[in-house]
Amino acid sequence: MNTFQITFWFLSALAVFSSLMVITRKNPVYSVLFLIITFFAISGHYILMNAQFLAIVNIIVYAGAIMVLFLFVLMLMNLNKESEQQKNKYLLWSSGIAGGMLMIVLIAALDTPDPAIITKPGTGEIGLIKNLGTKLFTDYVVPFEISSILFLSAMVGAVVIGKKGD
Amino acid sequence: MTFSLLAITLDWGLVLEKFLLIVVVVSISLGFAMYSTYAERKVAGFLQDRLGPNRFGWFGLLQPIADAIKLFAKEDIIPNKANKVLFVLGPGLAMLAALMTSAVIPWGDTLTIGDRVVSLQIADLNIGMLYVFAVVALGVYGVMIGGWSSNNKFSLLAAIRGASQNISYELAMGLSIIALVFVTGSLSLKDIVVSQQTIGWNFFLQPLGFLLFMICAFAECNRTPFDLPEAENELNFGYHQEYSSMKLGFYLFAEYINMFISSVIMSTLYFGGYDILPFVDETKWGLDSNVLTLLGFGALMIKTVFFVFFFMWVRWTIPRFRYDQLMNLGWKKLIPLALINMLITAAVVLYLQNGWPK
Repeated sequence: MNTFQITFWFLSALAVFSSLMVITRKNPVYSVLFLIITFFAISGHYILMNAQFLAIVNIIVYAGAIMVLFLFVLMLMNLNKESEQQKNKYLLWSSGIAGGMLMIVLIAALDTPDPAIITKPGTGEIGLIKNLGTKLFTDYVVPFEISSILFLSAMVGAVVIGKKGD
Repeated sequence: MTFSLLAITLDWGLVLEKFLLIVVVVSISLGFAMYSTYAERKVAGFLQDRLGPNRFGWFGLLQPIADAIKLFAKEDIIPNKANKVLFVLGPGLAMLAALMTSAVIPWGDTLTIGDRVVSLQIADLNIGMLYVFAVVALGVYGVMIGGWSSNNKFSLLAAIRGASQNISYELAMGLSIIALVFVTGSLSLKDIVVSQQTIGWNFFLQPLGFLLFMICAFAECNRTPFDLPEAENELNFGYHQEYSSMKLGFYLFAEYINMFISSVIMSTLYFGGYDILPFVDETKWGLDSNVLTLLGFGALMIKTVFFVFFFMWVRWTIPRFRYDQLMNLGWKKLIPLALINMLITAAVVLYLQNGWPK
């Protein structure tokens, strides 16, 4: 095993462990913090695949902004044990089975289960910021602009919801 | 430029070199922060026509050491109702986020020792500026976790203020950085400094961008006039109210390290970094390259000291904003200004590159 593979397996174990912690913790604040660790592990994987821009944007957007807002909401809620909602037991089981089946499909989709191939370092340079930008603004310019309109409509929606009280 | 962040085979000389560099950079940051606390009180004394600390050592120069001993010797109290794990984690995260940025800063050009060329930068990432931005975004967790886990409503209010302030000012900061990246064409901090050595400092090209960046840096460091999370007349003491001993010391120290690092970033982005004089080619002075590198490091430090002094000058001159004023300034003034700055810069850069459209 070389340095690359050790890093790959460490990051994978960290990602799986912390995402398990996210769904098993009773205290939602801990769940959010473990979710942040998961994002860091995934960013590490992006770096191994030589997709540095994606790695850092993943941290800025998810860990730096969205998770802060999650924490914000959780900290303002009254998280007493007594006020916790009793969830339907059948709903719990059905969501567990559905999620498990999705996992089986995802594992089956890996048609090369050879660890030597999975852990191969990414050699492409499409993940570097210059190449990614050129690609986005030439080959994929129409989908890129359409997704920006999607963002704009989401922003307008957020402003409308936020203005309701006035 | 093709390189992987992870060397497949380890070069032990490189590992040792980087390790030494990290130790030196972290000790400089800590030492600088330590004497910033002394300088802060001296500057405050000067501005308010007092003497400032002058008892321990010559002109009170040993005062930071006395403070450190005091903080270490105090009783470390963890409140009964606090969330103990997060209560300890908070100051650690604040310190970690404060120190992490120093990894991508070019502290100088290269030193030649024997036949080994040592670059005075820990990691030259081609996304260096985005890395800085990511660490700034993470800095808010120390404040939030510390404030929430104290289980005190004043701390919680301060933590929420801090978080919303940081998120709001990050936007304008990011937009002013985008305009800067248009000018230099690279996100690597090293490339930004090298481009300034030839075309002159970015401050002359982006004065409005610098002003916006500096205001946002003040807000991100929670310094006056944006020190709402620590507004003692409204919130007792702010998000670190329940902290004592060295945990409190960590929070206060992290603030000074943040101030130091943002001063270095401002000098690097807008004032040429380790470039000694603008519009002057230093290599023609006929000095040894090692001497020139050390002089460049000295120039960076002089710029940094000036900005740290500026932070203190503002703190003891300008009163604190009200919270609605802070949000108005951030969302309704800084962001539109940053957008206009970005559009004008983009238009000018495009015109210079491609000429007028036919």
